Amino acid sequence: MPDPARHDHRPADAFALQRDGEALAFQHGVLAHHFDSLDQQREATTLGMWVFLVTEVLFFGGLFLVYSVYRTWYPQAFAAASHELDVMLGTINTAALITSSLTMALAVHAAQLGQRRVLMLFLVATIALGSLFLGIKAVEYYHKFTEHHVPGPAFQFEREYIRQAQLFFSLYFVMTGLHALHMIIGIGIMLWMLYWSWRGTITAEYYSPIEISGLYWHFVDIVWIFLFPLLYLLGRHGLH
Amino acid sequence: MASTVITPARHYLNDGYGITSWLLTRDHKRIALLYLAGVTFFFFVGGAMAVVMRLELATPAGDLVSDETYNKLFTMHGVMMVFFFLIPAIPNVLGNFLVPIMIGAKDLAFPKLNLFSWYIFIVGGLFSLYALVAGGVDTGWTFYAPFSTVSSTTNVIPTALGIFITGFSSILTGLNFIVTIHRMRAPGLTWFRLPLFLWSTYATSLINVLGTPVIAITLLLVAAERVFHFGFFNPALGGDPVLFQHLFWFYSHPAVYIMVLPAMGVVSELVAAGCRKPVFGYPFVAFASVAIAVLGFLVWGHHMFVAGESVYAAMIFSILSFLVAIPSAVKVFNWTATMYKGSVSWETPMLYAYGFIGLFTIGGLTGLFLAAIGIDVHVTDTYFVIAHFHYIMVGGTIMGYLGGLHYWWPKISGRLYNEGLAKLSAGIIFIGFNLTFFPQFLLGYLGMPRRYHAYPPEFQLLNVLSSAGASILGVGYLIPMIYLTWSLRYGRLAGSNPWGAVGLEWTTTSPPPTENFSETPTVTWEAYDYGSPVEGHVA
Repeated sequence: MPDPARHDHRPADAFALQRDGEALAFQHGVLAHHFDSLDQQREATTLGMWVFLVTEVLFFGGLFLVYSVYRTWYPQAFAAASHELDVMLGTINTAALITSSLTMALAVHAAQLGQRRVLMLFLVATIALGSLFLGIKAVEYYHKFTEHHVPGPAFQFEREYIRQAQLFFSLYFVMTGLHALHMIIGIGIMLWMLYWSWRGTITAEYYSPIEISGLYWHFVDIVWIFLFPLLYLLGRHGLH
Repeated sequence: MASTVITPARHYLNDGYGITSWLLTRDHKRIALLYLAGVTFFFFVGGAMAVVMRLELATPAGDLVSDETYNKLFTMHGVMMVFFFLIPAIPNVLGNFLVPIMIGAKDLAFPKLNLFSWYIFIVGGLFSLYALVAGGVDTGWTFYAPFSTVSSTTNVIPTALGIFITGFSSILTGLNFIVTIHRMRAPGLTWFRLPLFLWSTYATSLINVLGTPVIAITLLLVAAERVFHFGFFNPALGGDPVLFQHLFWFYSHPAVYIMVLPAMGVVSELVAAGCRKPVFGYPFVAFASVAIAVLGFLVWGHHMFVAGESVYAAMIFSILSFLVAIPSAVKVFNWTATMYKGSVSWETPMLYAYGFIGLFTIGGLTGLFLAAIGIDVHVTDTYFVIAHFHYIMVGGTIMGYLGGLHYWWPKISGRLYNEGLAKLSAGIIFIGFNLTFFPQFLLGYLGMPRRYHAYPPEFQLLNVLSSAGASILGVGYLIPMIYLTWSLRYGRLAGSNPWGAVGLEWTTTSPPPTENFSETPTVTWEAYDYGSPVEGHVA
């Protein structure tokens, strides 16, 4: 059993109050042994999440590049295929996600203020809105399946555009599928944060897990903010 | 040599025994050793493929293995060496061990994530090993579409998934290093007091974080395309094979710098310690690392000069490729200037540093041949290309890796290796390397294409020289395995600073304690503070 005092190398002239707070944080297991202070730990985890999100931007960036190339090559086929998507469901989903970003931001705010019940309420709201999104997405996938718009041997479309439209729907399923996977992971993280909040780990001094989970959640929302117009709205005015 | 040799009573190697104390460790030093075991294993798997290939090429006829087997051999050789040895070797072994110690921290910012990265690396490696034992894969390590997505009947998916998974190990390690270097430096350790190894590790981490996700999505698309017949890269379905090449090389060219930048960082440390001088023009060497990382992202098109790229794009990519020579040359000149009038050492790490500088120069200059469009068209897909990148990767990265491993081995193990054997093997490796790969420049220039198991008889002499060199090189790699392992038990105790070098890692004991320092150091000196040229530096 390591002795916590052995890890404490802060200079003797540090503010006594802060040191007491951090000794407490250490005993409660929220300050990892290799950090000197909660501030340092929070800065490190926040920077870590930002760097991770940069990686995610590049990950989706490859898909957006593929999309841009084929959108440029086959504009008419992409507009025709895009017309097959359900704009109403897409709009509802967009609204659900934007609202979930609001509830997430409010959850972070409640965490900073140490309002445990409000925090849990907003986390539940975020989870509910995320689940609504996934449910609607599942309905949309089911429609595409029944309409034979899933790429593969059974794919059906106007003869003129069939190959290019299949590329569009391939991109649709890969991009929204990876986005949905990120949503599922996000909901898992939120459930975990809900548990931590319920258990009382999250306090006004130690709220960075909520903050960095929120960063992830907002990122996944922003990906959808790009996907929605690119997949659902493109070239619509030209077809009416 | 240090006069007093101290054996620390407690250090990271005796802080817990048994298999779980290693497999569940969060100590960056132990995780470094886990990586050492992993990359060494994959190095010998990849090396075994090379042995069979060079045996086959000893005669013009394709008599040892079939053409199909040969395709699988060079594919697995490339996959194992690039993704499971060269990319992780220096960052994940030496970087893991040294980054926290060099900045005076107790550990990396995210120790659990660090252990998780190792498990991801191993799982990715097992996927690729499964592909190997299940019958291999024949696409080449480049997975060019549509062969990889439509035609090949071999184990493309497990190999691609193995690389996909291992990519996350690179990303998470890069993330860990970036955050650690930003947030965990000891008081007084400003950016321009950092050892140059950390600058190059930082630049490498940037590439890992920015480039690796692109290869991840690309290989995911290759696997998805095989399963679902999407057609992104299949011209029969309206897709574009060259788009695959763009996506692939957007990562895989910067990956060259992931491999060589850390070796450059190691060489900066070796040259300073071996010459008892600060590295000449420190800020230039530091910024050269960043410049290489940035420029490295702008040159991928030089892999597509013959793939239907527009002539204007080709010209721009050619010019940008030439630009990489500038920061690379800055480093070579500055190392040379550091040696000038230094008290140059002839100990083993320094031998590897000399080897690196010479071989990297040859590899880099032949890279300029390949950046010139006219010459590139002539030598594309010949042994000239093979020789060029082996000079960078084997002559550069592996020389740097072995040099670093020897230099920091006393710190890692607390023991000294046999200097005579080490010098001998460094010499054997240098001779074997040049005998293996220099003839390949000639073969390529004469027109011998890569990736064939048979060749016209007039190429035999050079091929026999190359195969003979490979056997010497193989022996050279086996000897350090033996004496380093031997030194773990029987080597003389090293003491905390056997080289009389400066740097935070030499101020703590060998092996270091679990928390690296008994007290967080405060840094009041510049990097490479070899103030007076006299011997007897006090640790």
